[in-house]
Amino acid sequence: MSDNYVGKRVKRTEDPRLIKGLAHYVDDIALPGTLHVAFVRSMYAHAKINSIDTSAALAAPGVVAVYTGNDVAEKIGPVPCASALPELKVPDHRVLAKDKVYFVGHPIAAVVAKDRYAARDAVDLVMVDYEDLPAVTDVEQAAAGGPVIHEAFGSNIAYKLTSGEGDIDAAFAAADRTVKQRILHRRLAPIAMEPRGVLARYFPGEEELTLWSSTQIPHLMRTQVALMIGMPENKLRVITPEVGGGFGSKLNVYAEEALLSWISMQLAKPVKWIETRRENIAATIHGRGQVGDIEVAFKNDGTLLGLRYSVFADLGAYHQLLTPAIPTLTGLMLSGAYKIPAIQMNITGCFTNKMATDAYRGAGRPEATYVVERALDLVAADLGVDAAELRRRNFPAADEFPFHTATGLDYDSGDYETALNKAQEIAGYADLREKQRKAREEGRLIGIGLSTYVEICALGPSQAMPAGGWESATVRIEPTGKVTVMTGASPHGQGQETSFAQIAADELGVNINDVTVIHGDTGIVQYGIGTFGSRATAVGGTAVYVAIQKLKEKAHKIATHMLQADASHVAFEGGKYSLEKAAAAAATTGTSDPVVPVGEAPAGALPEPQTEGKTSLTIQDIALAAHLAKELPPDTEPGLSATYFFEPKNFTFPFGTHIAVVEVDRDTGDIEFLRYVAVDDCGRVINPMLVDGQVHGGIVQSIGQAMFEEVVYDEQGQLVTGTLMDYALPRASHIPEFELDRTETPSPVNPLGVKGVGEAGTIGATPAIVNAIVDALAPFGVKHLDMPVKPENIWRIINGH
Amino acid sequence: MKKAINLSVNGVSHTDEVEPRMLLVHYLRDVLELTGTHVGCETSLCGACTVMLDGQAVKSCTVFAVQADGSSVTTIEGLAKNGELHPVQEGFWERHGLQCGYCTPGMIMTAAQLLDRNADPSREEICHGLEGNLCRCTGYQHIIEAVQYAAKKAGQS
Repeated sequence: MSDNYVGKRVKRTEDPRLIKGLAHYVDDIALPGTLHVAFVRSMYAHAKINSIDTSAALAAPGVVAVYTGNDVAEKIGPVPCASALPELKVPDHRVLAKDKVYFVGHPIAAVVAKDRYAARDAVDLVMVDYEDLPAVTDVEQAAAGGPVIHEAFGSNIAYKLTSGEGDIDAAFAAADRTVKQRILHRRLAPIAMEPRGVLARYFPGEEELTLWSSTQIPHLMRTQVALMIGMPENKLRVITPEVGGGFGSKLNVYAEEALLSWISMQLAKPVKWIETRRENIAATIHGRGQVGDIEVAFKNDGTLLGLRYSVFADLGAYHQLLTPAIPTLTGLMLSGAYKIPAIQMNITGCFTNKMATDAYRGAGRPEATYVVERALDLVAADLGVDAAELRRRNFPAADEFPFHTATGLDYDSGDYETALNKAQEIAGYADLREKQRKAREEGRLIGIGLSTYVEICALGPSQAMPAGGWESATVRIEPTGKVTVMTGASPHGQGQETSFAQIAADELGVNINDVTVIHGDTGIVQYGIGTFGSRATAVGGTAVYVAIQKLKEKAHKIATHMLQADASHVAFEGGKYSLEKAAAAAATTGTSDPVVPVGEAPAGALPEPQTEGKTSLTIQDIALAAHLAKELPPDTEPGLSATYFFEPKNFTFPFGTHIAVVEVDRDTGDIEFLRYVAVDDCGRVINPMLVDGQVHGGIVQSIGQAMFEEVVYDEQGQLVTGTLMDYALPRASHIPEFELDRTETPSPVNPLGVKGVGEAGTIGATPAIVNAIVDALAPFGVKHLDMPVKPENIWRIINGH
Repeated sequence: MKKAINLSVNGVSHTDEVEPRMLLVHYLRDVLELTGTHVGCETSLCGACTVMLDGQAVKSCTVFAVQADGSSVTTIEGLAKNGELHPVQEGFWERHGLQCGYCTPGMIMTAAQLLDRNADPSREEICHGLEGNLCRCTGYQHIIEAVQYAAKKAGQS
């Protein structure tokens, strides 16, 4: 192998089509005769449907069909939930509401028309006779016995779960001191810039269906949609073209995907639905949505003894794919980066008259990190100890890994103190504290916030996952020497076309331009799981790596045969198999040229590999020979390709330290960032440019959560933040200039040593920002603030309102 | 009642009959099949649909096609000249100014307008200039660096 690409800032191979406007997202695919779907959605949070009159809509110009719940109830199975928890209540949620609606945005009818304007017009002509029912939107009220959403269950409690290890009662009994804090995690909207979209085309003769969908999980979708509509799975092909962001919101199987597939079969026409932003905020999953109490038991010297988190999880009105599982991920990460002998989490998962919650970037782990990092600051304040020093006292040492937590995990590797030291050094922590002291004397409000996070990535071992935690890769060298990599980890902005090509090019010693990474088409790519849970590189990238080792074993055997040498005398270096004495000469570093330039070889019969008198053969020579199959060792399969399904034995646990420095304006309550330092450790880095991009994006989503974002429903369950005018997202003018650095602690879980970085920013940054704001307001006795922390809240504190 | 419109898009003249309510973005995407311009919010807040209308960056989700009658429109597909990337496009590639790419065409058109008006913007001026465009992936820092790269590159040529 060579090291021309891995670890370097390789520019993305996917970018040219994207910056020229020539890439294809679902809505960019135009098939002749396509019909367009628009949805009638509930205006009520909770109501009985007495009747639906579709006659006026059906008579409208351009309208082809209108489908309601009655039309599809017997035809399409329920929206799937993959979570399995003890005694979990699972509502029978159908693709269209039949007798009752239970959240604003609940789809009631699908209008199919010749163009999108006609479909939208006819939506207003569908008359729904609703009978309003009392709604419940507050999760604690829902738990306490508010209006029951699913009558058959008798209450709104979907499940209760207690988890953790160690004697929690003994920990609190033995404590010198304790702190307790109620903490809110608001509902957030993921807001991928490309809304969801579906295009379905049925081929009646072949009895095959192609479904284009903006999703993170093409193969899982194929299985689930096939089950929902009763179609053989191998007759359904799911294609994810360009996907414009996901953040977990497209790690799901939604009603629209199955319904559009079914409609296409009824009408034998292509049908398309492109989500509007209003639909996206109302009827695409939300994230977070927890309210709970964190309690910490500790000794006077700051040693942590126990931690208890009792939480109400706002699940929404029904379960999407992973809805009930998300709060359980919070429970797994409650040990944070610390030695805590006893931990207990008590979850009460409740139905409310709102859209379902599910995985949003971090998916349960940001909640854990936030409560733990806020709690550490509460302990530090209680003891009058510096926040960094308290953390340092409770870290496991670098030689204590693998480190077992009282949440039942084994952290793979870590060196938390080194990351903290580095971040403090970059920030000039001691100077900052001095600057803060002086500023306070001048009446200025400067705050310094830390977060020393650890996260769980590379999801994950199949034992811990609802539908397989492995990932697949096929690597093939074509007759012309071009390398094709097929991955099941279909990306949506992460850049796997580049990072996986870097791995392949180095392992095969070829030019990166000779490598094409194919993904997101179940008709081409072997079964895969998808991109989520910061798993693509650690699980999918490893599958690519191991598949190449398999391929090279075969290539070595062929090379040995062709060079007429002993296997032990043939070495692979720099893309060439060479006789031992020639190996050193062949091992030239530097990038090899792309193979077979256009026009160089005559078309027609492929050239025979020339082996006469050669002491080395390129891997492309071997691929051609393997394809022509005229000079292979006995019992050797023709062709040069290998497939590998990688099953990780553990999760990976990236970590780091984020330090935010803010100044609060006394007059307006405005928050200004003075500094933002992040030292992240995601194991070995394949492409530092992509890693920086992931961290930046994650931090800014944290800025959103900490300071702006909140999905608001009123008491009647009306969605108040239904457009981007009301749901505030961070903009370019809101961000500080980030100062990033890294430490690199390889993971022992996979041969690449990589851990994952997709969610680090959203996990590590939120508590650092809130801790900084709370620290700025410490002179006012502030110990905790709930997100989003807005200037108005701050102004009220400063002015005593 | 359809209306006839005539406009130049990326230097090519088009005459079409469109419904008066047809949005410019739908005309570009559905009629002319220039799908590089994206729709992200329908309320003029995200900027994914930004194009140049007679040299001014506009959000084409809130312009009717009939309002562009007689005008000259440049979309992302028309930004590269003679196969050479516009400095802003080059900057986005060099500085990793995009991840999922959905906001990118609008972001690039806005950045190009920004540099037309101010060839040497400060970081603060770039941030202010990009306020009308949302990106959910990059955290903006690499976009800002991409614009700085483009300003430097354009200044050198």
